[in-house]
Amino acid sequence: MKDQRLTDREVDMQDIKISAHGVQVFYGDTHAIKDVDVEIADKTVTAFIGPSGCGKSTFLRCLNRMNDTIDAARVEGDIRIDGEDIYDARVDPVQLRAKVGMVFQKPNPFPKSIYDNVAYGPRIHGLAKTKGDLDNIVEQALRRAALWNEAKDRLDKPGTGLSGGQQQRLCIARAIATEPEVLLMDEPCSALDPIATGQVEELIDELRSNYSVVIVTHSMQQAARVSQKTAFFHLGNLVEYDETGKIFTNPQDPRTESYISGRIG
Amino acid sequence: MTDMTPEATPRAAQSLFTRTDNVRRRYRRGSVLKYLGLGAIGLVLFFLCVLLWSILSRGIPAFFQYQAEIQLYYDPEILEADGTGPEALGELSLRSDLERGIFAQSLRRTLEDSGIDTAAFDDGDLSALIYAANRRDVRDELVADPDLVGQTVTVGVPISLNITRYLTGGLSGEGTSGMPPGFNREQLDLIDQMVAAGLVDRNFNWGFFTNEYSQSGEVAGIGPALMGSAYMMLVVLVFSLVFGVAASIYLEEFAPKNKFTDFIEINIANLAAVPSIVFGILGAAILLTLGDLGFGSSIRGTALLGGIVLSLMTLPTIVIATRSALKAVPPSIRDAALGVGASKLQTVFHHTLPLAMPGILTGTIIGIAQALGETAPLLLIGLSVSTGASILSSPFTGGLLEQAQSMPTVVYLFAQNQDLPVREGLAQAAIIVMLALLFALNIIAILLRRRFERRW
Ligand SMILES: Nc1ncnc2c1ncn2[C@@H]1O[C@H](COP(=O)(O)OP(=O)(O)OP(=O)(O)O)[C@@H](O)[C@H]1O
Ligand SMILES: [Mg+2]
Repeated sequence: MKDQRLTDREVDMQDIKISAHGVQVFYGDTHAIKDVDVEIADKTVTAFIGPSGCGKSTFLRCLNRMNDTIDAARVEGDIRIDGEDIYDARVDPVQLRAKVGMVFQKPNPFPKSIYDNVAYGPRIHGLAKTKGDLDNIVEQALRRAALWNEAKDRLDKPGTGLSGGQQQRLCIARAIATEPEVLLMDEPCSALDPIATGQVEELIDELRSNYSVVIVTHSMQQAARVSQKTAFFHLGNLVEYDETGKIFTNPQDPRTESYISGRIG
Repeated sequence: MTDMTPEATPRAAQSLFTRTDNVRRRYRRGSVLKYLGLGAIGLVLFFLCVLLWSILSRGIPAFFQYQAEIQLYYDPEILEADGTGPEALGELSLRSDLERGIFAQSLRRTLEDSGIDTAAFDDGDLSALIYAANRRDVRDELVADPDLVGQTVTVGVPISLNITRYLTGGLSGEGTSGMPPGFNREQLDLIDQMVAAGLVDRNFNWGFFTNEYSQSGEVAGIGPALMGSAYMMLVVLVFSLVFGVAASIYLEEFAPKNKFTDFIEINIANLAAVPSIVFGILGAAILLTLGDLGFGSSIRGTALLGGIVLSLMTLPTIVIATRSALKAVPPSIRDAALGVGASKLQTVFHHTLPLAMPGILTGTIIGIAQALGETAPLLLIGLSVSTGASILSSPFTGGLLEQAQSMPTVVYLFAQNQDLPVREGLAQAAIIVMLALLFALNIIAILLRRRFERRW
């Protein structure tokens, strides 16, 4: 744990992937995110934790502008990826979302075949020149999402016919098939059994070598296992953001302390 | 906890094998509702049966026609009384030359040949038994082919509809109400003799599907009406599906939610409730405007105009059905597509629309079925006029821009006919064809829905 933290600190200083300043989100009159500042490092796993309804998903959705699709939602503040303001008028959210992939809280496979689910992103972004390329991409994505063994004989069967946990892994495969630079995962393991969870966590750890991963989770153990940095949200505020080890062993804020101990203890 | 125990003790005495009053009361309420529901369904089924029986019992016999086998002799003595040639033949009197002359005499000769005595009947009595009146078609045939004069041809001439009713058992031939109007007992006996001699055939009346509308029920048909309705449904399908689906997609997926779109939404709902006759008035107004521009009469009564007016009527139905089908697609699917970087248009066309397709198709077919049965607006824009039939040279050549008829208006014309056998026979037969078309449409809707559902 200790030397991992050391390497992370190095990375932190070199490479900030996402930086957010003064982010406010309103749903109509509801103030869901209150003046959040956060800097997310490249090639790290950042965990968002906090009680239900505190705005973790909302903040996550700001990072790939999925909140644009909610009419009532209004986002203020400055969010930059690689130094570019993603809410700039010149930014095309479609292009942004190709770069910032997302796995949603509830598994939402397309009602198409498993193959088409994974191939959809590469197809619309033109990532594969030939059928063979596409087959390859699909296979790699399914392998990395730990679904290949279960799915390889039923690629043409509907994705909605899979179990809940398999569906979530399919969604992960779909998200990584487009080779995003940032992967946002909203409670990706809430529907998974411990074995699949272990596989997904392995995947997350592996993804860290190339991408920056942001994961929302309700499991303290999971946050502790997979992330290098942890952010604790409470009632729309970012209460504490630090290295994971520090948050779990030596939290600075009493709210963090009570949340963690309440859950863990 | 302690004060709960005394309450719990009397409850424990209740056996599970006997029902409590409370449970019994609840079941009673449930069964009352159940029987009310069953009663309502029974009532509906009863009315449906009455309706179907009254239509089928009258309509099905009308699909069959009795024909008399007659040796039709184009007697030169009658036909060439005023000289020869097409001009003279074109001047033939329909009543005295053809009906009383050719038809009556040929029938008499055919009967005599089979050994039936016809001395007691005059020409009028004989020709009344068969469809001989107003045979403009026979005169036209003679003009076209003057060589027929002097020849004998065996033809099946339809038996008069009133006599047909007697033959099918609809009339007993006894008493005032049992006699076909305008006939006497001797004529009925003659018909009985003809049947016994094998001179009368009963055939399926294919002509009903190809012939044009006519005042004479013996040769009236629904050919142009079928074609007209088919063309109109085509127009409705294209117009209302294209515009309806486009409008729905815009309203549901792209339009901002504001006062203006709310206003449009309310008005679409209102439009769906507008009585159809109002659309007819609108069509008539379009007609007048076009008339002022100089080409009104050419579009009057055409399938194109009828189709456009019906499309306007169907549009709100399709928009409402499509929008609710689009709404029913779970938002998580849209999130998923947007999340992998699909554009809004791609999201709609790759995911939302295919998933909404079964609902859209159902709505469309319901709308088209509605349009198929709509009468009032068509009456107002001239699709009922019987002149339509004479303009159509043949029922199957009518295009979008020719005078057309439609199924519901032809039913209306049949139902208005002066002859009882037409009102209570052909009208129902036409209704059966219409209902069959509607059932076919519904089956297509179900099949399409299945197909799309299987493809997810
Ligand atoms: N579409 C929406 N419209 C209005 N309010 C919303 C919407 N989505 C979220 N909210 C509100 O914003 C706040 C934050 O919600 P959010 O979904 O971000 O919570 P969360 O931290 O992800 O909770 P959970 O752990 O239960 O998923 C909540 O109070 C919620 O009611
Ligand atoms: Mg959430």
